[in-house]
Amino acid sequence: MSNSVTERNTHVTMDPAALKADSRRKMTIGEIIAFILLICITITMIFPVVFMVSTALKTSKEMLQFPPTIIPRVFAWENFRTLFANEEIKFGILYKNSIIVAVVSVIGTVFSSALVAYGFTRYRAKGKRILFMLMISTMMLPYPAVMIPQFILFSNLGWVNSFLPLIVPTFLGSAYQIFLLRQFFMSLPNELYDSGRIDGCTEFRLFWKIALPLSGPALATVAIFTFIWTWNDLLGPVLYLSSQEKFTLPVGLAAMMSSKFRIAPYNLLMCASIMTTLPIIAIFASAQKHFTEGIVLTGIK
Amino acid sequence: MKLSESKRENFYFYLFISPWLIGFLVFALYPILSSLYYSFTDYDIISKPTFIGLDNFRELFQDELFYKSIVVTLKYTFISVPLGLFLSLIFAMLINMKIPAQGFFRTAMYFPSMISGVSMSLLWFWIFNPEAGIFNYILSLFGVKGPAWFLDEKFAMWALIIMTFWGVGAGMIIFLAGLQGVPASLLEAARLDGASKWKTFWNVTFPMISPVFLFQLIMAVIESFQVFTQAYVMTQGGPNYSTRFYVFNVYVSAFKDFRLGYASAMAWLLLLAILIVTVIIMKSSNRFVYYEGGRD
Repeated sequence: MSNSVTERNTHVTMDPAALKADSRRKMTIGEIIAFILLICITITMIFPVVFMVSTALKTSKEMLQFPPTIIPRVFAWENFRTLFANEEIKFGILYKNSIIVAVVSVIGTVFSSALVAYGFTRYRAKGKRILFMLMISTMMLPYPAVMIPQFILFSNLGWVNSFLPLIVPTFLGSAYQIFLLRQFFMSLPNELYDSGRIDGCTEFRLFWKIALPLSGPALATVAIFTFIWTWNDLLGPVLYLSSQEKFTLPVGLAAMMSSKFRIAPYNLLMCASIMTTLPIIAIFASAQKHFTEGIVLTGIK
Repeated sequence: MKLSESKRENFYFYLFISPWLIGFLVFALYPILSSLYYSFTDYDIISKPTFIGLDNFRELFQDELFYKSIVVTLKYTFISVPLGLFLSLIFAMLINMKIPAQGFFRTAMYFPSMISGVSMSLLWFWIFNPEAGIFNYILSLFGVKGPAWFLDEKFAMWALIIMTFWGVGAGMIIFLAGLQGVPASLLEAARLDGASKWKTFWNVTFPMISPVFLFQLIMAVIESFQVFTQAYVMTQGGPNYSTRFYVFNVYVSAFKDFRLGYASAMAWLLLLAILIVTVIIMKSSNRFVYYEGGRD
């Protein structure tokens, strides 16, 4: 994990004399206790994840054994094959649906939020302050408070049991992401646009050719957040997707849990959970820095 | 010239923000207003809504399930939110000490927060399984006979509260960033003045991170007012309605019972509740939140 943030004040409270011998400095009693505590906490935190992987690799028989084993006696790798091959679960279709919804939502959100954020940053206009306040306040708007009228709206349009209610709104921006991008655009100096202006660029070209290429990290943060939110969202898809062919992963997994199985096939469910989590881990691993910064940015505002 | 310039800016401003403006009107303002209207109607989505005045609200105040869902949600909020905030702050402070492998601890604690709510629910339903679950097995090693958790109305809520422990990583990262933003010079000054660690925390560190604390508090409360996934995946609100969360209750009455008017009334009350609670927290925060460089 990159430690650029952490390193900044690792040494803050130390004497100048102690600073010299810093690297070989002995830990104080308090720090040793903290270290040991952290190890215990981390083991507790990671244990359920270990148990998830362990369950995923057990045969159905070993899964129900009591006391439960942590390391499976037989590694049932074929569980993953069973998961994808199972006709009832249709895991491949769930996966495909989730990818479609998440990718289209990312494109929609990044593009529209950037446009709006650019508008809020670059132009002075009547009513801008009020509109900005309104936008900020919608960040707090709970989805359950608007879901019923939205559902009525979409069902009148005949969009129920399609991806449209999930992806069309993403093309109209998301308040969180607009705010995040606006903070970033504010940091770009105005002079950047001058040369483009002299060359007679249109306003859209200034946005497309100057603002966007300079905003890679911020756009990446928005893309990552949107992907994860959409990928993990349950309530929206539960409302709109009614046939199994249209289910996304969270809805499909929830349906597996509640379905006709007498004893839920937890080993398969855990395989499915692992497969669902893998893309998130991959994204996190490849974009850790943006990710942490993004959490911090949206967290602190 | 000047006038045309400001007209031009006005034009481009509204052009660029038009996606959000449309989205706001269609997916926020219209739903808020129309759900207010629906809350005064009887509506099953097939036939036209019929206006019934305050009947929905009158019925709500006699609806035991409605009260139950409020009690359940408040209980969860009052226990899990303070506990979550407290633990994530403590963990952040531990990691922020001068200890080895900070990066590792940070990633490891954040790890469970990457797993989706549905996957987490599936996992924990299995861990808390009364017969074959590992949680009761671990308890039995200490000679404790574990309860039936999600099958027992006295314990289902506690199982959900225990689960929140594995979600503190996200808050922890935000607190950690806040702690690392506390200027070293302030801590050094406190140390030179001979302030104890306890005093340094309450008089220097906490005031500096209080805006982060406030933000986390508000978001955590809003989020816990909207718990849905756990109820939907694991308990279906049971046993005996002991995990009938508010939003799950709204969902059932709108999309299972098709009482959209009645559910709209509940949804509107949720919106009001969140608004009021946010304002109360903001107002009372004047006492404990410190803004560097004053307030604007």
